[in-house]
Amino acid sequence: MQSFHILTVTLMAPLLGAVLIMLTPRNNEKLIRYIAAISTFISLILSLVVFFGYDHSVKGMQFVESVPWVGDLGVNFALGVDGISIPLLLLTNLIGFSAVYASWHTEERVQEFFSLLLLLIAGVMGTFLATDLFIFFLFYEVVVVPIYILVIVFGSSKRVTKEYAGMKLTIYLLIGSAFLLVGLIALFVKAQAMLGYPSMDIATLATVQYPVEFQVLVFVLMALGFGTLLSMFPFHAWSPDGYAGAPTAVSMIHAGVLKKIGGYGLIRIGIFILPAGAKLVAPVIAVLAIANVVYAAFVTLNQKDLKYIVGYSSVSHMGYVLIGIAALNLISLNGAVMMMFAHGVMSALFFAMIGNLYHKSHTRNVADFGGLAHQMPRLAFGLMLAGLASLGLPGLVNFVGEFTIFVGAFNEYRVLTVIAVSGIVLTAVYILRTLGDVLFGPRKAEWDHLQDLRGVEMVPLIVLGLAIIIGGVLPFTVMDLINGGMGQLLASTNLIQVGGSL
Amino acid sequence: MGYLLLAPEMLLTVLGIVVLALGLILPQRGKKVTGAVAMIGTLGILVVVFWQFGYEAEFFQGVYGIDAYSHFFRVLFLSAALIIFAMAGNYLHLFSERQSEWYSLMLFATLGMIIMASSGDLITLYVGMELMTISFYILSAYLLDDGRSAEAGLKYLILGALSSAVMLFGISLIYASSGSTVFAVVYQTLQAQVVTQPVLIAGIILLIAGFAFKIALVPFHMWAPDIYQGAPTPVTAYLAVGSKAAAFAALLRILVTALPAAHYNWTMLLAILAAVTIITGNLIALAQRNVKRLLAYSSIAQAGYILVGLAASNVYGFKGVLFYAMLYVFSNIGAFAVATLVETQSGSSDFDAFSGLAKRAPMLAAIMTICMLSLAGIPPMAGFAGKFYLFSGAIQSGYLWLAFIGLIMSMVSVYYYLNVSRLMYIGKSSEQSVPVPAMARVALLVCLVGTLIIGIYPQPLSQFAEIAIQVLY
Repeated sequence: MQSFHILTVTLMAPLLGAVLIMLTPRNNEKLIRYIAAISTFISLILSLVVFFGYDHSVKGMQFVESVPWVGDLGVNFALGVDGISIPLLLLTNLIGFSAVYASWHTEERVQEFFSLLLLLIAGVMGTFLATDLFIFFLFYEVVVVPIYILVIVFGSSKRVTKEYAGMKLTIYLLIGSAFLLVGLIALFVKAQAMLGYPSMDIATLATVQYPVEFQVLVFVLMALGFGTLLSMFPFHAWSPDGYAGAPTAVSMIHAGVLKKIGGYGLIRIGIFILPAGAKLVAPVIAVLAIANVVYAAFVTLNQKDLKYIVGYSSVSHMGYVLIGIAALNLISLNGAVMMMFAHGVMSALFFAMIGNLYHKSHTRNVADFGGLAHQMPRLAFGLMLAGLASLGLPGLVNFVGEFTIFVGAFNEYRVLTVIAVSGIVLTAVYILRTLGDVLFGPRKAEWDHLQDLRGVEMVPLIVLGLAIIIGGVLPFTVMDLINGGMGQLLASTNLIQVGGSL
Repeated sequence: MGYLLLAPEMLLTVLGIVVLALGLILPQRGKKVTGAVAMIGTLGILVVVFWQFGYEAEFFQGVYGIDAYSHFFRVLFLSAALIIFAMAGNYLHLFSERQSEWYSLMLFATLGMIIMASSGDLITLYVGMELMTISFYILSAYLLDDGRSAEAGLKYLILGALSSAVMLFGISLIYASSGSTVFAVVYQTLQAQVVTQPVLIAGIILLIAGFAFKIALVPFHMWAPDIYQGAPTPVTAYLAVGSKAAAFAALLRILVTALPAAHYNWTMLLAILAAVTIITGNLIALAQRNVKRLLAYSSIAQAGYILVGLAASNVYGFKGVLFYAMLYVFSNIGAFAVATLVETQSGSSDFDAFSGLAKRAPMLAAIMTICMLSLAGIPPMAGFAGKFYLFSGAIQSGYLWLAFIGLIMSMVSVYYYLNVSRLMYIGKSSEQSVPVPAMARVALLVCLVGTLIIGIYPQPLSQFAEIAIQVLY
């Protein structure tokens, strides 16, 4: 295994696929689709190898690779995974692989579509693999532009135009990343002054004892940057519009994994490097998290468009992740990562099913549908599975995440946690009502021409559905990994002691 | 090596004269040859410069000096000229009977820039700058039957002369307070003085104002958009990249090697100028409907970013200045090259001319997008690495507010750059394809590869820049 750079290969497979697709003759659409499918498949298999090959007894960063990159900035092209990043790496590839199949029937500009999609997948994957801050940020911003082009070219203009949705999403994320970048540079400069040499290695940066005021300043900047990406209230407005405008595959990746970079960054960079700052800013984040949960849930109750329902509900569910992060203890943080994984597969499945339905029926309006379970039993199964996972049904993966978060957060923020739990009730209301209106009831003859999922369209349902069920029934497969990684990360930050003294 | 180190300057002079003479001798049909001669000659000189790496010498008691810093900027100007020669090809048909003079003037402008970057004396610097500027007066007005081009030439002449006067006045005041125009001597005299004289401060301010005209910093930027829009597009590209880089090269050398004693006098001034320039350039660019004019305002903003490095006045900042100036060659000329090709085909650089370009010429649209995103500072394009250096320097010197303004405005700039992309990708398309001559293809490829390589693996350029700025200390 030593000589085989498994993480680099995992990362490069989609990039190479993108390059190959650009070189393929434009009209050979079949070959283009196959290249996309194969390259994401390679990444998926390799990330499964990493998932099962990770040595639980050793913990820490594994499969480490490092190549000196920019000497005077102390940048290394360093990749590595630990218990926190592996679930997210796997998530990326599960969704990436499904996304290719969910958009198998893209008709126009196939070449541009798949090359940009692969670029997007590689970018997201890179953020989870990087152990160097510079490389992390590089990948973090790489994803923005492919998304913009994918939305404005392949998106749909239902309630807002796709140009508006694409630009709104892009500007929000970029302004957020500007704050983040100021924070990162300040961190780099400060660390260089205190270490005496430049370094961008996240673990090295975490060894420095920064002054508390500085930690608060930088953590606030990061919370703004990552919070925007995680659709933290009040910076969430891009998210529902963006999803509604985006093509299916982009919605899947965006809601499924891209948002999770925000949570991952807050933990890996925010809490790990700036524990004291995190401790002081956390109560503010907790309050905003409750605003996320409750406000977005009420907005969801009033939505009539399927994509907006899932869009606002994902804003609401990110509130759980935020409160898990804000509680700053091992259990709650474990729950936050688990919730990111769970919400990722669930929302990706949701968007895949809705995208399929929209592709065939050309509408996403809940009121137009009814009794679809008659015509499309498999699609109905997919929507039910995603919906039940979304409302936290025990036995499905989301339950594990939500339960853990609430257990962990209750000790820190009793009132807020109780309010957050009410989000589950609201979720149940809008999910069950929507599913009932769309799938059940009398058969509507106008939808008799709709064909059920078949052939490649089944792939997202099988892949993501299996992940939802396995994660729910055997939660320890993922949870043990997260727990090991998080335990080590927290142990090195002294956060637990800090928590005990306050 | 001695005087042989001056070979590039001499060869460039000879080449300029030969090209001019060839244009007089050759019959009308044969004038195309001059372009090839200019290009091959420039390439040859570039090779000579590479071959001289590592050698240093001072001439005429420090009036002129060749060191790593000069090598860096020689490479920069010569490659910029070369890429522009390569991409200009078809555009020159607009004035094919006068193209040999065009090449010759471009070469003399290049010579002026090189002299600016290597001079160790205020007067020599001024002479180099005038050589460059006077060449540009003529080049801007080169489209004889286009009123806007004539206007551009005249405007540039009047305002350029004014700014030269301002700068000369500043130089005379510095001379008055230090007794010399040679940087090293000025430095020593100023070090020895206990009190800072008001005359010297006035001199520094006037000198910076003169440079600010050349660099088009707000509030000295009024000339730039009209001239950038009116001048022939390849000239605009060179004006935006070359003359700015030359002014920065000279300014950096003066500030560091001649005036450090008065350090506190200029960093805050430059920081404020940088902030105002970045904000104004980007905000006005938002409203533009013409690609050349948009690039003009964007390059005003870009100059503001480079100035951030000067204001920081530490190693990261200075390295950022050189780094950014170099990547700017690839990214900005790449964008201008696409604009040139589209303008050659359609006769216009309005937004409409770019509509649906991705269908007509997917390669051009992709290169335009990548180059513009590099200017906006989106990784993995080169601009990101450049901005990282510049703003690291700024934060290190305590200008956190400047980093905020710069980075947020650069995200604002993404809006207008992406507007052009949007137009190219989903705008309505005419059926006309855009012809791309072989040489222009090479130029575009160089810009694309340069932009991506510098962005993905910045190490070599950053080392090159590091070696170059070490001679200033």
